[in-house]
Amino acid sequence: MRFIFKTQYEQDISLLKHRGQLFWYGLLLAVLIAAPLFLDRFYLGEISFVFIYAIAGLGLMLLTGFTGQVSLGHAAFLAIGAYAHAYMLSKGLAFVVALPTAMILTGIVGAIVAIPALRLVGIYLAIATLAFLIIVEQIIIRWVSVTGGGRGMLVPPVEIFGLAVATPGRFFYLCLALLIVALIFVMNLLRAPSGRAMIAVRDSEIAARSMGINLAKTKATSFGISAALTGLAGALMAHHTGYISPEAFTLTISIQLLLLIVVGGLGSIHGAILGAIFVGFLPQGIALLRDTLPPAIGEVPGLEPGVFGLILILFLLFEPHGIYGQWLKVRQFFSEFPLYRRATNKRQKTYLRTERVR
Amino acid sequence: MSFFRASNLCLSFGGIRAVQDVSFEVEKGEVFSIIGPNGAGKTTVFNLISQFYDLDSGSLHLGETDLGKLQAHDVANVGIARTFQNTELFEHETVLQNLLIGCHVNRRSGLFSELLHLPGARKQELEFRQTVEDVIDLVDLQAYRYQSIGSLSYGVRKMVEIARALCVKPRLLLLDEPASGLNPEETDDLSFWIEDISQDLGITVLMVEHDMSLVSRVSNRVLAMSEGKLITIGNPGEVQRHPEVLEAYLGQSEDAA
Ligand SMILES: Nc1ncnc2c1ncn2[C@@H]1O[C@H](COP(=O)(O)OP(=O)(O)O)[C@@H](O)[C@H]1O
Ligand SMILES: [Mg+2]
Repeated sequence: MRFIFKTQYEQDISLLKHRGQLFWYGLLLAVLIAAPLFLDRFYLGEISFVFIYAIAGLGLMLLTGFTGQVSLGHAAFLAIGAYAHAYMLSKGLAFVVALPTAMILTGIVGAIVAIPALRLVGIYLAIATLAFLIIVEQIIIRWVSVTGGGRGMLVPPVEIFGLAVATPGRFFYLCLALLIVALIFVMNLLRAPSGRAMIAVRDSEIAARSMGINLAKTKATSFGISAALTGLAGALMAHHTGYISPEAFTLTISIQLLLLIVVGGLGSIHGAILGAIFVGFLPQGIALLRDTLPPAIGEVPGLEPGVFGLILILFLLFEPHGIYGQWLKVRQFFSEFPLYRRATNKRQKTYLRTERVR
Repeated sequence: MSFFRASNLCLSFGGIRAVQDVSFEVEKGEVFSIIGPNGAGKTTVFNLISQFYDLDSGSLHLGETDLGKLQAHDVANVGIARTFQNTELFEHETVLQNLLIGCHVNRRSGLFSELLHLPGARKQELEFRQTVEDVIDLVDLQAYRYQSIGSLSYGVRKMVEIARALCVKPRLLLLDEPASGLNPEETDDLSFWIEDISQDLGITVLMVEHDMSLVSRVSNRVLAMSEGKLITIGNPGEVQRHPEVLEAYLGQSEDAA
């Protein structure tokens, strides 16, 4: 069992809590940096895709997992990031200018979407964000001069200060680096007043207000940053596929992102990463399943979204803390091994919150 | 001019006249209690101060500030913090996080410096932590620092809520039934803490409470109300013996019988 003795308040602020974490995350990073040496281009591409999904997942995690605002519109933020970035590149802007500009633009759109969404909660917010997605889809289809309409558009290759990021290995490094930057931003936010305000809004709006937290500003900030991160993921996704069209940004993608954060574990940063790994490799799992299942089941056309939906519901019902929650339980089991009590993880009775303000 | 002034407060919910023409003043440094049977309108008075509801008529002032001109989230900024009758904690977080959220009004950092964790943001975090630790020492929450709210007993939750309000560094503290659900020992501790809060920290306390022994012990003055109307204001002994106050409580127990 590990006891962490804390001697300074800095220890609670630092991103890595103890030496063990430093070691394991360092090792993980080293393995990832070495990966292009021993993985073939297919797997490098797949893992890059997981990194991109993790960035978008972090964005949605901030909004849904940490601020408690559900969104079915995140495919639209992916699209805005992707199209804005690709358009600026096609107009000759440098990658290092286009990428942050696309992010900021998506962030601003996100903050604007938050304004009508401020008064909505739960299912109504889900519907409003879905409506936003439909509007964005329509704009993309009709604004042919910029987006190429239904035919889509080609995405120019990445070039950073004259260095072409053309190989899968280089693109892998680019995605990894941007994921790490995104992770650091989100973790910094969560150890600062703005991020804690989001958590406060999630758990009790009424108490948050009485602590001096401005609900409108907090939700708009969360929407903005969430959209900006998702926009970043969209821009990278554009490069990953090399070609974008409206079909790449449908409701299914929004639902996949929700699946990602729920399966990973709502309200945890680990959850966004684990969920991305899960969602990233799920299509291959399903493809394998198709081969082994009898053709009558294996060749059903809607199998993939069906499996997604089923997993989402099963997790919501049986493991609301997601894969990360499971991992915490396993870790606790081994760290307390002979003394482990089954009851430890029984869900605690929570006090009813009747009468709210009264 | 008194430190805190409530003048002719009126509020109706549809047909229910929850608060009718209630006026009182609280002096700086006082512990001022509001008593009355259930449904008297006590919590509604607190919610009016917090600007959760807009007054139908009347006014609320803290010093020179007209509270009616503020948004709910600005009330903490002028130095008013509160607790809730049924506790409103940030359920999924630890005690430490809850208290750090309490420090929110005192932040100086901008979003940019927080995202990059610039030295200013870091320094502020350490200051917040010091504030939180001082409060933890004051109300003896050392053992619960890293526990999540969901795992705490009701009595401890109540204390965490008071601690969170203290992290605001308020001038006026509103406590809504702080002793309800506490055992006698915890209530005893609470009375000492209220004295510390008032005397050592110099915070003015406005409290809604049913436990008359606690009220008599800590309050300088008591206001009794019933069915939205003020009955009397005076020292604890006087108010307890006031015939209309007795009648109000008696009426309630007869209703219950
Ligand atoms: N938000 C509300 N909507 C409608 N009626 C309310 C609301 N809040 C309080 N009331 C009513 O106002 C009256 C006073 O309630 P309250 O202030 O909670 O009493 P208490 O003195 O027990 O704290 C009660 O009749 C209650 O039902
Ligand atoms: Mg009440």
